[in-house]
Amino acid sequence: MTREYETVIGLEVHVELATHTKIFCGCSTAFGAVPNAHTCPVCTGMPGSLPVLNKKVLEHAVAVGLATNCEITRYCKFDRKNYFYPDNPQNYQISQLYLPICRNGYVEIETALGGRKKVGIHEIHMEEDAGKLIHDDWEDVSLVDYNRSGVPLLEIVSEPDMRNAEEVIAYLEKLRLIIQYLRASDCKLQEGSMRADVNLSVREAGAETYGIRTEMKNLGSFRAISRAIEGEKERQIDLLESGGKVVQETRRWDEAKETSYAMRSKEDAQDYRYFPDPDLVPVRISDAFLEEIKNRQPEFRTEKMQRYKTEYDIPDYDIEIITSSKHMADLFEETVACGAAPKKVSNWLMVETLRLLKEKGLDPEDIRFSPAHLARLIALAESRVINSTVAKEVFEAMFEEDVDPDVYVEENGLKMVSEEGALLKTVKEVIAANPKSVEDYRGGKEKAIGFLVGQTMKAMKGKADPGAVGKLLKELL
Amino acid sequence: MEKGFSTAVELATAIRQGKTTAVEAMETVLDRIGEVEECYNCYVAVDREAALKRAEAVQRRIRAGELTGQLAGVPVAIKDNLHVAGLPTTCASRILESYRSTFTATAVERLEDAGAVVVGKTNMDEFAMGSTTETSAWGVTKNPRNPEHVPGGSSGGSAAAVAAGECVFALGSDTGGSIRQPASHCGVVGLKPTYGTVSRYGLVAYGSSLDQVGPLSRTVEDCAVILEVLAARDEKDSTSIAREDTDFTKALVQDVRGMRIGIPKDYFGQGLDGEVRTAVLEAAQLLGRQGAMVEEFDLDLVEYAVPTYYTIAAAEASSNLERFDGVKYGYRTAGAEELHQMYKQTRSQGFGPEVKRRIMLGSFVLSSGYYDAYYLKALQVKAMIKAAFDQAFARYDCILSPVAPATAPRLGESLQDPLRMYLGDIYTVSANLAGLPAISLPCGVDHLGLPIGLQLMGDCFQEKKLLRVAYTYEQLRRDKASGQNPKQAPDIEPAHVIRQAPGAEPAHVIRQVTGAGLVQHSGEEASQQAYARRKEGM
Repeated sequence: MTREYETVIGLEVHVELATHTKIFCGCSTAFGAVPNAHTCPVCTGMPGSLPVLNKKVLEHAVAVGLATNCEITRYCKFDRKNYFYPDNPQNYQISQLYLPICRNGYVEIETALGGRKKVGIHEIHMEEDAGKLIHDDWEDVSLVDYNRSGVPLLEIVSEPDMRNAEEVIAYLEKLRLIIQYLRASDCKLQEGSMRADVNLSVREAGAETYGIRTEMKNLGSFRAISRAIEGEKERQIDLLESGGKVVQETRRWDEAKETSYAMRSKEDAQDYRYFPDPDLVPVRISDAFLEEIKNRQPEFRTEKMQRYKTEYDIPDYDIEIITSSKHMADLFEETVACGAAPKKVSNWLMVETLRLLKEKGLDPEDIRFSPAHLARLIALAESRVINSTVAKEVFEAMFEEDVDPDVYVEENGLKMVSEEGALLKTVKEVIAANPKSVEDYRGGKEKAIGFLVGQTMKAMKGKADPGAVGKLLKELL
Repeated sequence: MEKGFSTAVELATAIRQGKTTAVEAMETVLDRIGEVEECYNCYVAVDREAALKRAEAVQRRIRAGELTGQLAGVPVAIKDNLHVAGLPTTCASRILESYRSTFTATAVERLEDAGAVVVGKTNMDEFAMGSTTETSAWGVTKNPRNPEHVPGGSSGGSAAAVAAGECVFALGSDTGGSIRQPASHCGVVGLKPTYGTVSRYGLVAYGSSLDQVGPLSRTVEDCAVILEVLAARDEKDSTSIAREDTDFTKALVQDVRGMRIGIPKDYFGQGLDGEVRTAVLEAAQLLGRQGAMVEEFDLDLVEYAVPTYYTIAAAEASSNLERFDGVKYGYRTAGAEELHQMYKQTRSQGFGPEVKRRIMLGSFVLSSGYYDAYYLKALQVKAMIKAAFDQAFARYDCILSPVAPATAPRLGESLQDPLRMYLGDIYTVSANLAGLPAISLPCGVDHLGLPIGLQLMGDCFQEKKLLRVAYTYEQLRRDKASGQNPKQAPDIEPAHVIRQAPGAEPAHVIRQVTGAGLVQHSGEEASQQAYARRKEGM
């Protein structure tokens, strides 16, 4: 008989902070530069260099801690985590072990059954990212790019409070939203600005103690996380069912094969010889600093949703979607501020924007068009300078490269032809060319008018108001 | 003064007055290097052409009136663990044999901005680990006072270069005595400032929480002038401190009246060479006769200083030296098959035995299961040592002691017994553990003519008190040497000197001297012994 098992999951989430410069030096954090362009003696581990903490990193860490109900450590320190690897130029990573900046927080998630659940946050600490190794199989060499070395990270360590993949995804989405709302990071899993390692164990339902856990790395998407959780849960249960034992180890998820393999066991676990970094002074968080960060906290999603309900006449579903991305919510509000009607803005976001995002496989964070342009497009459509088909065409261009709708309409000659004369001439031509449809309409087939409108629109290259065309046709017939 | 042996202040004055030039000064030093460097091996690198060019540039700026400071045009030697852009920085280690600095250390930059001209990089113990300069991968430096002896270490090349006239002053670094002890062995002045006073940016770290950059010079006055240039908050070093009291030359006053000088009895026990003891205590008496209140006291935890120091310094070093791995710069082994073999071979071949010993020690005390018992314990003892000094400095303006238990050992004598070598740091490491300023200056010679050093330690940020006492003593000694009567301050009771505390006093501070008291007096002074008793509330 198969026993019942409970899965216990805790997460270690790394978030790359959106600072302009690195955590311990003034080098740029910009993505995509040529290798080692953004480096200096500090982030390449030159002898004699010294780290100096970027205050912005501390601000982000405290803001995230406050937003996740953490206690802020008023006297915190940095520690060195010692291990040899070429992506780590000093062969130690500056991190926090003994006195991390935030502790004992939680976020609330909605469970599948519609309930609410608190997922505990054990701690949040600040640390530096490593460089990137590039293995050139052709030349049989490894090269290292230190552009990412020293990019600031927050590591958010949860309590083992999650029980299934849905809760894990809900927790990650909640975290992501909070951090995006704080503008502390863009939190893109695919690009690695948010990374999650999954600690998972299983135990018989009702058991008091936890089972032996494994840690899963290399999870590049929510989908991978879900698959890996399912896979690992089954692997562990199978092991236990067949009389085996789970070994404490780090495993690597292979996305392509949808399977994981062991990287290293606890026995080979390195001794990181953590100790306080003597090059950095302890950080004291003053009341004033804490107060300043508190006052700067943005309106978070729940509050925003509430406000939208009272402020804008848009459906709850739209509110849900729009506020699910800080960027989209900002875009919405700014477009409305430019004078567009909330309902119209919401429609553009809900229909065309979501369609294009889905088609192109993008996140709402990737939206590039400006609120002013969207507002202008809405105005052009409202004032019937362009018709709705043209508006969609213009919108697609805006979505691609944020074109100015006025310029685009002008350059492409997309304004509606509204002079009676030109329209009348074309309509007459269409009537003359389609006697069959004219006959049908006169014979009572209302639908035939649609065909004639379409023909007229085609002849006018879309630049006519279909309503006006229909009206004119009816008059003439 | 003999050509090439003028002080920085004298030389800069002569240059300013047009009596000589920065170029002449550099030529003099380079000539001297040409004559004696082969014998002493003070330098690991001298860039003759560049040094002369820099001297020319500085001379132009002096003429243009842009450089008017007391170091303008003065040749300076830099310890090989401080970066000077374009020059090699090897830390006297094979692992950095090919390394050239890409930037200049803040301390060096400040000297250059003041017009000092870098001669070259001086020899040292490998990564500043050693007390004799014998652990250098580039051969030992010899003591210019007697080339059969070591110059001390780890800043042995800097101390020897000053003593040999191969520069006018030098920079060193002091983690556990590395400026003061070689200064003592070579008969020059060396100062370790309060931790945080001089930027460590560009100093290749040994024990980051203990390292300080400081001057080695011919006189206390030079020392004050140099420190005045060096001391500044540096945004690149989080541990550097903004100080306002950096007008150190103001402290160059020959007057110690009313100053309270403490002598830790525990520093004068077993292991201290008799000649060193006599010379140091005579110095104390001399100061006492000038009106300083000199008093013995018990300093707690002296025996724990050396083990605490070696635990903390080695722990930090084991991490600081991880970056030397053959990946990015410096030495890389040939023929390694894979990464870990490359690391292993590079580091095995690149580091010398003393460095490896300390890396292993440091890795051990930080490793899981031992951290609490060793490293954490050492941090606790460090805090207790600091507290003991705080207590002492509540009573005393400075603490007077030997620098080292003996004068410079003979070449080759020390390395066979590292533990004994470590114990030689007993008087110097506490200043680093407690972050205190301390100065070492000559106070005599032993029967071999080897210099004996006197150490003065002060409370944090009290360099001025040290400089005042040191300057006074130096002037008195000079007067004595030149046969003049010491300028004795008036209104002082005669001869009076080292006070002993009554036995009833709180044990932590002062205790009655018993039996063979600390002070040994020469015959003519013996009659003058009149130990005053400490007055309440003094």
